[in-house]
Amino acid sequence: MELSSEDTAQARIITVHADRIDAAGAIEFKEKMRSAVDEGPERVVLDLTSVDFIDSSGLGAIVATMKMLGQGRRLDLAGLTPLVEKVFRLTRMDTIFRLYPDRETALAVTSE
Amino acid sequence: MNSAARVRQDSDSRRHARFALRIEASEINTRSVVQSVCGRLRLAGVAPLRAGDIEIVLAEAINNVVEHAYGQSEPGPIHISCSLRNDRLDIRINDEGRPLPDERLPPGRVADVDVPLNDLPEGGFGWFLIRSLATEVRYDRCGTRNQLSLRFKV
Repeated sequence: MELSSEDTAQARIITVHADRIDAAGAIEFKEKMRSAVDEGPERVVLDLTSVDFIDSSGLGAIVATMKMLGQGRRLDLAGLTPLVEKVFRLTRMDTIFRLYPDRETALAVTSE
Repeated sequence: MNSAARVRQDSDSRRHARFALRIEASEINTRSVVQSVCGRLRLAGVAPLRAGDIEIVLAEAINNVVEHAYGQSEPGPIHISCSLRNDRLDIRINDEGRPLPDERLPPGRVADVDVPLNDLPEGGFGWFLIRSLATEVRYDRCGTRNQLSLRFKV
């Protein structure tokens, strides 16, 4: 599973280049996220535009990344496809993360 | 992955498909079989959004078998059979692993997310998703086998 990372003035944007974050890939995803968020800006935006399937292991790995960031840093999510959005909504994780339709919208929001 | 499949879409667009697949329990095989089943269901006329729900339920159910039924022992076989007739889809998942705790379906309550950041759950969503997205769920312990029966209105 490939991730790419770029920094803007306000945030680090991490893009997932895979169509699934499932049990077979969740551990690798979590490890790659750990390196990708290391010593970056306070705000991290995870771009999930390419991801069309996530299961509870993938969801757990995203929650784990949020915890890794700790207090004072924040993980926002952008580009959730319909099925991914549904998993976040059903598990009420949509109340924990800020969800944006795409990375441009996420970046247009100034820090709060 | 072995398969015996028959997928047919009648000219009057009534949906009909029956097929069975078998895998050796592993996370990567779960991914393949879930994609294969949902691909066949889409071809048989199941709407993409509903096929997505089914994909989530199957992934959770089969991963449970991989991680818990076979988790502490040698991985064994998992059989998945599907029968689609018009608006009713029945899926059966059979394995030869350990039974569910107390030989019954877990309650699958929604995990509490109104908690401090560090207490947020990183798991325990599986049965909740299964119960939320499937129309009916039934579990039977038959001798040394587990059978999970899932019904979907499609």
